[in-house]
Amino acid sequence: MELFLQQVLNGLTLGGVYSLVALGLTLVYGILHVPNFAHGAFYMAGAYSAFFIMTKLGLNYWWGMLGAAVVVALISVLSERLVFHPLRKAPYLHHMIASIGILLFLEAGAQAIWGADFHRMDTPYTQLLEFGGLTLPAQRLLIIVAAFLLVGLLQLFLKKTVTGATIVAMAQNREGAALVGIDATRVAMMTFAIAGALAGMAAVLYAPINLVYTSMGNLVITKAFVIIVLGGMGSVPGAIVGGLIIGFAEAFGAFYISTDYKDIIAFALLVLILSVRPQGLFAKGAH
Amino acid sequence: MKIRSPLFNSTTGWLLLLALAIAFPFLAGNDYHLTVMSTAYIYAVATIGLNLITGYTGQYNLAHSGFMAVGAYTVGILTVDHQVPFWIAFFLAGVFAAILGFFVGIVSLRLKTHFFSIFTLCVGYIMYLVIEKWESLTHGTVGIIGIPAPPDVAGIDFTSPRPQYYLVLFFLVASLWIMHRIVRSLLGRTFMAIRNGDDLAQALGINLMRNKLLAFMLSVFFAGLAGALYAGFVRFIGPGVASVEHTFDMTMYMLVGGIGTLLGPLLGAIGVPWLTQYLQVLQDYRFVVFGPLLVILVIFLPYGIVGTYMNRKRRKEALAAQAAAPAAPRNVTPISGAKGATHA
Repeated sequence: MELFLQQVLNGLTLGGVYSLVALGLTLVYGILHVPNFAHGAFYMAGAYSAFFIMTKLGLNYWWGMLGAAVVVALISVLSERLVFHPLRKAPYLHHMIASIGILLFLEAGAQAIWGADFHRMDTPYTQLLEFGGLTLPAQRLLIIVAAFLLVGLLQLFLKKTVTGATIVAMAQNREGAALVGIDATRVAMMTFAIAGALAGMAAVLYAPINLVYTSMGNLVITKAFVIIVLGGMGSVPGAIVGGLIIGFAEAFGAFYISTDYKDIIAFALLVLILSVRPQGLFAKGAH
Repeated sequence: MKIRSPLFNSTTGWLLLLALAIAFPFLAGNDYHLTVMSTAYIYAVATIGLNLITGYTGQYNLAHSGFMAVGAYTVGILTVDHQVPFWIAFFLAGVFAAILGFFVGIVSLRLKTHFFSIFTLCVGYIMYLVIEKWESLTHGTVGIIGIPAPPDVAGIDFTSPRPQYYLVLFFLVASLWIMHRIVRSLLGRTFMAIRNGDDLAQALGINLMRNKLLAFMLSVFFAGLAGALYAGFVRFIGPGVASVEHTFDMTMYMLVGGIGTLLGPLLGAIGVPWLTQYLQVLQDYRFVVFGPLLVILVIFLPYGIVGTYMNRKRRKEALAAQAAAPAAPRNVTPISGAKGATHA
């Protein structure tokens, strides 16, 4: 039973991180219908910015996280302005290739600056917490709490504020949103900024457990794609639920099946589900 | 309606290129240049395959390098672990990639546009991870060492760089010729019709699934062939062959040269590696330059070198034709990489 609960906690940790990354991806998809392959590189850039702030500027973990959020939001907005905006009327293939270009640039850039080595990120939360037989590293608890807090805040922002509502409106109907006077450019920039900030913070939350390296975003972004395809592209609740499903599937799969193959589980799940339901698990209508 | 540029399509232009390729070993200063060129040719064969499914049929397959790895590992595993003669393994590599392509295709091709790409991205990752983790079959991260060189054919010994170069060149020319035949046939037109709009293609009575599946299998057959050539040429393979970065590389070759043209991917696959050779400093960081280049190309020059040249030439011809016969309808529009234009 304790082992089982331990896996539940692991699943929540993974699911929290995946949800944060997938949320940014799904928001951007909802607005621009762009599958942003560079989102994983944004995640990586977040971890490196925090690493830089903490080691070179000597600031603490929380400043690192704030800095990462700001830096990645800027990178994200810049890529929207410089790359996706000029391509907004181009065929879908061009978006994908351009986002791959950004991804390759950011990865090579990080490697040119910091080298190909793996770095360890320090966290002030190294203690082990005990709950009646369950041990939980404080960092994992932080991930779970912070992820759910951020997801909750995002939901409040989207549902309760006018600015948030403009994002939802544009995701629902672009022309309709433009008709009622919503500034498409502003909403697109804001969405990219939020998506970038979420990816950056997710990276800083997860990096102390999982090291910092240039290709750290690749698996995460691919899993985030799996999540939003399962949850319905552009759907916010879908990204959260999908993130938790993949997180739990991996935690339990690693424990009960094989740690070697745990990274395959998410992809195998996608292949399996799309083979039976090409429209995804929660999506309405065909893609 | 033949609206192809005479320079690129004429037999003379291609024969000139072939003559240059045949003369290359005598012009190249050393064996290293031959190796670079042979590797470029191998990737050109794979890129030609990717161009069939992406450039001509409009489906961006991100598992392409995975299929290349399938071809390479077929040769590696069969020759090293099971002592199968090289040429039999070589033949099986393409066939096996195509068979696997059939099963991946029937599932993935039901999805459209980026859903297809995301799905194949995941398939590519599964291939990579299976190769890396299934040690009893693939030797895991160690890779397969000591793959035999292609054995003699008609007394030609393929152990030195020069015959190897000609062997690779032979398969490149054969691939290009087959691709030329496909593209100019009704089948090729069918693929392009699907690229330009699958609803319209379906309305014309084209069986979408069957044709997409055929294009996919043909495309990965070339990837498997390239993988087999790679295994016989480099004679060592690791899981890295399957990594998605190689698909990104091939995408760049395709895009630099001109997506959806016959010459474009060839030009890119040969030109870009040579450019990287001269930017030695950039070897590891080449994407600091090539990443933005990819973005700039997509924004400003989406049809690549060949496509842009052909568009310009076609526009000139159209203007000339219009001037000659003002009443003639203007039915010539620039080709498009993916959608909404005339057949290339």
